[in-house]
Amino acid sequence: MLRLEKRPSPSRFWQGATPVLAVVLTMIAGGLMFAALGKNPVEAIRTIFWDPLFHPQFASYSRPQLLVKAGPLILIAIGLSLGFRAGIWNIGAEGQYIMGALFGAGVGLAFYPADHWFIFPLMVIAGALGGWIWAMIPAILKTKFNTNEILVSLLMVYIAQNFLSSMSLGLLRNPQGGGFPGSRNLSQYPAASNPELFAGTGMHWGVIAALMAVIAAYILLQRHILGFHIKLAGQAPRAARYAGVNPTGLVLLCMGISGALAGLAGLFEVAGPAGQISIGFNVGYGFTAIIVAFLGRLNPIGILLAGLLMALTYIGGELAQFMLGLPAAAIQAFQGMLLFFLLAVDLLSNYRIRLGYKKEAI
Amino acid sequence: MFGGIDPALLIAALMVASVPIILAAIGELIVERAGVLNLGVEGMMIMGAVCGFIMAVQTGSAVMGFVGGALGGAALSLIFALLTQVLLANQVASGLALTLFGLGLSSLIGQNFVGIRPPATGAVPLGPLADIPFFGRVLFSHDWVVYFSIAVVAVTWWVLKATRMGLILRAVGESHDAAHALGYKVRKIRVLAIMFGGAMAGMGGAYVSLVRVPQWTDGITAGAGWIALAIVVFASWRPWRALVGAYLFGGITVLQLNLQAAGARIPVEYLSMSPYLITILVLVIMSSGKGKAALNAPASLGQNFHASR
Repeated sequence: MLRLEKRPSPSRFWQGATPVLAVVLTMIAGGLMFAALGKNPVEAIRTIFWDPLFHPQFASYSRPQLLVKAGPLILIAIGLSLGFRAGIWNIGAEGQYIMGALFGAGVGLAFYPADHWFIFPLMVIAGALGGWIWAMIPAILKTKFNTNEILVSLLMVYIAQNFLSSMSLGLLRNPQGGGFPGSRNLSQYPAASNPELFAGTGMHWGVIAALMAVIAAYILLQRHILGFHIKLAGQAPRAARYAGVNPTGLVLLCMGISGALAGLAGLFEVAGPAGQISIGFNVGYGFTAIIVAFLGRLNPIGILLAGLLMALTYIGGELAQFMLGLPAAAIQAFQGMLLFFLLAVDLLSNYRIRLGYKKEAI
Repeated sequence: MFGGIDPALLIAALMVASVPIILAAIGELIVERAGVLNLGVEGMMIMGAVCGFIMAVQTGSAVMGFVGGALGGAALSLIFALLTQVLLANQVASGLALTLFGLGLSSLIGQNFVGIRPPATGAVPLGPLADIPFFGRVLFSHDWVVYFSIAVVAVTWWVLKATRMGLILRAVGESHDAAHALGYKVRKIRVLAIMFGGAMAGMGGAYVSLVRVPQWTDGITAGAGWIALAIVVFASWRPWRALVGAYLFGGITVLQLNLQAAGARIPVEYLSMSPYLITILVLVIMSSGKGKAALNAPASLGQNFHASR
């Protein structure tokens, strides 16, 4: 008979090994799923994880995409991880991402066609502000009225999506677009665009912001009293209160940071890779970032690696769609599966598995 | 502005519109009363929607569709049960994973079923009752699932209030350690509750794809699962209040759809966001002030149980 015995503190070895184990298990289970869809599982897994980087023909196109996709994922996941550590669940990053894009693009388009150096920086500020405001709504409702931030932040996503379609059909619609929904293309407006900084790398300002966020979060969590408070509030809420941690301030701070970072991700996306505000602008980065945050064990360096891996599954998924006819939804299910396995194998870091019954202590 | 809307039709329509929410909310209410927080309602609903749809199309029977929906939802909920009850994973994260996975898997399963019409779920023939003016239209011209959903609320209320089973379920939710000490199988009871929640959410999802829409498209449930979660809080974990909450929500949904159809001045997007806004508003009202909803929450809600001896 198997029996679980709680470890006094989580095992450091398993904390590092479980994400790798989860990825391997997901590959096996995903392979079975692909086989059930009538595809060769080995070929499918290779197309997703290997070909985007090393395929002689496609790698030159897909390698830069790695940073393009990883940038927003990492940026959002870093913000989310701070809240998750403190037991504050912002799961509405998708909405904050949309609002950041709307605010940022709105500022940029307001200046069209003027050419000033300050337009792009102003857009960056507006983007962060948009995400911050959208995250402050659930945060303030939580601190003032004790509402559940999970439900409110998620419901705000649907509201943001309606805003997005309203804006792309109305206020922000391209006046010269022949009546089609969608804004002007920001990549054709140099003062407001977020171009690829080095040709062929996929590096844009959003990727740089993501790397800066990783470093800042690392310092915050390792070296700053605030990071200690965040961790303490998550692990021992009562102890945190005795230690003088202000729970209200922590909610506002964590939600605010994650909202602002998600807003930034949205702004960099709309000004760069996406190029314009359109009804289908958001593709679920805000939700996938939740998986990235957990896969990275809520640790900044871990999130950096997890973001790159998750970006790889996006690109590999597109490639598999194109080469093997694998449905797009299969890759979404694959990503969800990863989170399942991650949560399942987490058991190993918190518990020891023993054989046989423990002798009853009387 | 309201001139063109017939109140009898409006009430009849809101009863239909709130069925998916009632079913999912009652399922989640039982799960939460057992002390488990399953945030995967949206995922279980959409799995129920796709499984129910496929089952109905394949068998040609709408009733089998609802059975399929319940099975699909319950099957997905078993993953949650395994993660949280056996592997002791975090319930919030596991619930989110269930939703993300369910959304992906459902569109994978349903990709060959887009654009098909499912078999119809007709009104229950109640003979002369349906001809009564006003009440006939409002109360006696619905399909069987509408009546079933109300019956589920009544049975749930009775089971929780008056039966031994309900007492044990509540005991497990209020204090799993005490329930365990009394010899109740905490884990088994919770797994059963989770499966019931999954089956109910799945049926609710099937109602969306078989009756409300009726066809299959990706993301068809459009946040109904999250609204069901909010309704449980609104209801302070009481079945009849969940019914009231769901009807309130259904009323707003139907009203805004009618306003859209009537060509109201307000843009369509702002009307479609109104149900979500109202849900947030209701959550705020319920969570603050004297009647704090949180006070009625089961005491062990969201905590994992690990029998140390």
